Amino acid sequence: MTQTPQNPAPNPAAGNGSDRRGWPLWEVFVRARRGLAHQHVGSLHAPDAALALQNARDIYTRRSEGVSIWVVPSSAIVASSPQEKDSFFDPALDKAYRHPTFYDIPEGVEHL
Amino acid sequence: MYGNHDTETALVPDEGDSERQAEFDALIADDQRIEPRDWMPDAYRRTLIRQVAQHAHSEIIGMQPEGNWITRAPSLRRKAILIAKVQDEGGHGLYLYSACETLGVDREDLLDRLHGGRQKYSSIFNYPALTWADVGAIGWLVDGAAIMNQVALCRCSYGPYARAMIRICKEESFHQRQGFEILHTLAHGTPAQKEMAQDAVNRFWAPALMMFGPPDDASPHSAQSMAWGIKRFSNDELRQRFVDMSVPQAEVLGLSLPDPDLRWNDERGHYDSGELDWDEFARVISGDGPCNAQRMSRRIRAHEDGAWVREAAQAYAAKQAARTLEVAAS
Repeated sequence: MTQTPQNPAPNPAAGNGSDRRGWPLWEVFVRARRGLAHQHVGSLHAPDAALALQNARDIYTRRSEGVSIWVVPSSAIVASSPQEKDSFFDPALDKAYRHPTFYDIPEGVEHL
Repeated sequence: MYGNHDTETALVPDEGDSERQAEFDALIADDQRIEPRDWMPDAYRRTLIRQVAQHAHSEIIGMQPEGNWITRAPSLRRKAILIAKVQDEGGHGLYLYSACETLGVDREDLLDRLHGGRQKYSSIFNYPALTWADVGAIGWLVDGAAIMNQVALCRCSYGPYARAMIRICKEESFHQRQGFEILHTLAHGTPAQKEMAQDAVNRFWAPALMMFGPPDDASPHSAQSMAWGIKRFSNDELRQRFVDMSVPQAEVLGLSLPDPDLRWNDERGHYDSGELDWDEFARVISGDGPCNAQRMSRRIRAHEDGAWVREAAQAYAAKQAARTLEVAAS
């Protein structure tokens, strides 16, 4: 079960100019090098996507930690609920046959 | 990335608490990490908010004593290094504010609490950096003591805090080394330079030891924090490790540590050291240190002076967003 985000998507235009509380939160994902997936590294506040990217570069890649950055409005992320983790992930628990170790193979069979 | 922003609702205790408490206790007992959207006891959340916020505040206030020396660094090399270090401290503050926000507090509230004196920062940053050698002593001793604390926090039971600590520890070791190098250069320079290095170590040694917090028998929250896996080692344990580590380093520097009671204890396998002045610690923490007023007023002024930048960025974002809407409508 997933829940609907309770915060509205960030709308910078709705903020009033002097109130930084209106700056939305962005989650930052960094690809450390080619061939790897982007990984979540933290979050930051920024008024828009361009500044979020620029701030992410300054905050999270001061030592060449990445070759690519994603920034995503935090409110756009929909997450599974930790309270329902047992029932939500339950369907995977009793299907041991999905793993190769489930099967008995006679001694001496190779490349299998 | 925790999604759904429902940490606020988690602040309100509800009926299922005893069952959730049992799950939480089991995770802690199993040395697992607690993540932002997990249920956690109110007191655990409050303790973490206080500790992580105080840590974040310390990082950004810590930019001041050294930032003060950027324009007076003795060479371009030293200046470039110092700028990078001070920028790192700012970055560390941001990692920690980001971790703290996952507990359901707002960044601006945290800054308000700092500026209003309702949340504290490390007492060490209320001591002045009087000479260039102080920049070295801060790197060697203050960052050294911070690393000792922070390495232990990399295994903290709260996931986002532990992850921020891992990043920070990677970056801090450069800070400690650059401090050691500054002192080593001075200590092997002219007699006046060596004297300057010794004077800096004399002033920073005891305050650095106090960074580990009060002795275990006078540290009221320690036992609970240890039980929750927030703290992994006691204040006195970490302080002892730091003393044991620093004595041989001071020998390499050719500088002495200002403690007549400092000597090797064969029986304990550790160095013994003299009593610290905990009255001074209490005074500095409660606002009566040499630089408390200056640090706070500079911090608040920087925040106020930066208001126009935040407003301009906000206005630009609003203008761009409005244009996007217009284009979409046309």
